[in-house]
Amino acid sequence: MKFVDEFRDSTVIRELVEKLQNFSFATPVNIMEVCGTHTVSIHRFGLHRVLPENVKHVSGPGCPVCVTPNEYLDMAIALARMEGFVITTFGDMMRVPGSRSSLEKENASGADIRVVYSPMDALKMAENEKDRTFVFLAVGFETTAPGIAATVKEAKKLGLKNFYILPGNKTMPQALKALIDDPEVKIDGFLLPGHVSTIVGSNEYRFIPEDYGIPCAVSGFEPADILMGFISILKQIVEGRPSVENTYLRSVRPEGNIVAKAIMKEVFVPCDSEWRGIGVIPDSGLDLAPDYMDFDIRRKVEIEIEEPVEYPGCRCGEVLKGLVLPPECPLFGKVCTPENPVGACMVSSEGSCSAYYKYG
Amino acid sequence: MCLGVPMKIVEVKGDSALCEFSGSKREVSLKLLPEAKVGDYVIVHAGFAIQKLDEKDAIETLKMLQEAGII
Amino acid sequence: MDKILLSHGGGGKKTQALLKEVFLQSFGAGELSKLDDGAIFDSYVISTDSYVVNPLFFPGGDIGKLAASGSINDVVSMGAEPLYMSAGFIIEEGFPVSDLKRIVKSLADTIKSIGVELITGDTKVVEKGKCDGVYINTTGIGRIVKELSAERIRPGNLVVINGNIAEHGLSILLARNEYGISSEIKSDCMELWTLIRPALELDIRFMRDATRGGLAAVLNEVVSSDWGIELYQDKIPISEEVKGMCEMLGLDPLTVANEGKMVIFVSEDDVEKLIEILRKHPGGKNAEVIGRVVDDVKGRVVEKTVVGTRRIVDMPVGEGLPRIC
Repeated sequence: MKFVDEFRDSTVIRELVEKLQNFSFATPVNIMEVCGTHTVSIHRFGLHRVLPENVKHVSGPGCPVCVTPNEYLDMAIALARMEGFVITTFGDMMRVPGSRSSLEKENASGADIRVVYSPMDALKMAENEKDRTFVFLAVGFETTAPGIAATVKEAKKLGLKNFYILPGNKTMPQALKALIDDPEVKIDGFLLPGHVSTIVGSNEYRFIPEDYGIPCAVSGFEPADILMGFISILKQIVEGRPSVENTYLRSVRPEGNIVAKAIMKEVFVPCDSEWRGIGVIPDSGLDLAPDYMDFDIRRKVEIEIEEPVEYPGCRCGEVLKGLVLPPECPLFGKVCTPENPVGACMVSSEGSCSAYYKYG
Repeated sequence: MCLGVPMKIVEVKGDSALCEFSGSKREVSLKLLPEAKVGDYVIVHAGFAIQKLDEKDAIETLKMLQEAGII
Repeated sequence: MDKILLSHGGGGKKTQALLKEVFLQSFGAGELSKLDDGAIFDSYVISTDSYVVNPLFFPGGDIGKLAASGSINDVVSMGAEPLYMSAGFIIEEGFPVSDLKRIVKSLADTIKSIGVELITGDTKVVEKGKCDGVYINTTGIGRIVKELSAERIRPGNLVVINGNIAEHGLSILLARNEYGISSEIKSDCMELWTLIRPALELDIRFMRDATRGGLAAVLNEVVSSDWGIELYQDKIPISEEVKGMCEMLGLDPLTVANEGKMVIFVSEDDVEKLIEILRKHPGGKNAEVIGRVVDDVKGRVVEKTVVGTRRIVDMPVGEGLPRIC
């Protein structure tokens, strides 16, 4: 596999592991990644086990499904129960528990819920089945938002009257600020998400070293990429020169993808958004812009839900801030397991708890 | 939400392309990367090409980052 | 659990939970509680399986070939020579007879190729919409030729597989065309008697065919609390095409279904001979030693990664939906 195999090559990896283990720190160093795909990769390749002593890998709120509060799931379920509605979603959302049910359970009870690989697939379905109302669950960060924006734009161009989204996309920069500003959270370096950065550009994060003095490295997802990211951060710490270094050279540019950013800006506007575990963060979510508001399902139907509830004892919130390692949650592995998940962190394929449970 | 795969464009039809990765082919939207052409390698996420790949392999990347003092 | 979910049929943890909560509750603690692929009585083995694959025809096979190979392979994995089979068909009203003939011929060709005789069967027709084309149940009967038991597995034994993994599950996903992907991947669906028969004289401790839930499921089912299994990430045979499609869909190839793969636990002394024998057969040309039985990990399956670290290979959950993020 081109562009993948070379970054899993054992000779390259060995050289990088050696470099990494040459670092030595007397006090704890916390490196936080904020991308579910990084979480999975790190655990799948056991990269957290080759970090030098005192250096800890911490998972932050990088899994968009995990940070989506129960209320969103409850609304999706309410929509699924409506006559003539088809819910289209990325696969991750299917098993996530809402307050009282899940999309998987609703599907078992007869709701029409379909997993799609791309929002464009949902659009095609809507075109082919004009008698049904299609709602796409718009979840994801800046990697996914432009594609959803482009899909909504296409829906408008086609004059489709049966395609909607339930807005739920979130953006990273404000969440990163909220984490850094949180006195409980101690972060000494950020491993920045490679594909979010492909869209927004590495320049987007300059405020982190400039305003807060925290080193950052943008990194890809193969083991060699992640090792290079860790090395870059540790080097910045040792040399006392925090900045944003790009180690994902093949994909990330300082300015990102300008076309994608423009489409996002045209279709979406920033709004306040609730992040599980952190609370409401201003300007961290994406709502539809005035020209596209007709595609927001909340404007078309009244969605009635009961008061959302969280499972008592679930520490997803703290796990998402990196304050607590999954095994430290009292429910981990006992009440909360991948086959009987209580919180999103365990059921999402990119959740921190799921990664710990599945890969160790 | 970052699962992206490096695919090669084998055919372009309007604003979409037929892309290939290790034997699997899929139609991919070029709405976010209108300048992409046949032969380009692109990162594909959720059915969209999001960036053209710079053909630097691991050894080259390692060398460049080392020279720049980044790693 | 109050409602059956699709994930209960996935072959992983949810299936296990269903078996324990519903079936073992009623049928008790005898032979059934071993939850083996088949059961032993006198010197015979009996194994039953139902086939509900959708679509009925897929690259590399069809439900008929699958129904025959599946039950044959379960019998073979218990160390028995397959001799007889029964088949029950449930057919949907309106199903084309030409398709039924195709399916029946596939089943017949497969069993005839190894001298297994279909000695009894049953046919039912249900109203349109009440079943998906055709469902088949087959029961295979064989005579034990080799004593195999998971209890004979010891640390130091090696784990061998006869070839490339994850082909069947992906061929089904391709045939369903739910993700718009096209590929040359074909199901590995095949009977394993002709492959395994010449190897039975060796010091094989235990065998199981890897089906739904993939390699991860079958290994986790076997592992005991006294020992563990360490797999080598770079030794597991897998084609570039399968690797690629799994990467695209975010699937772990270890959890994707197979239908022509036998996992064999063999003593260190006979492993080279085993590989040699397997590689002589077309279904075993990519046979490899993929791991070993270890005693520093108990009750778990782990994989040695390319980074040199170990990661847990857990029993898969659910249906393996493709993830996007």
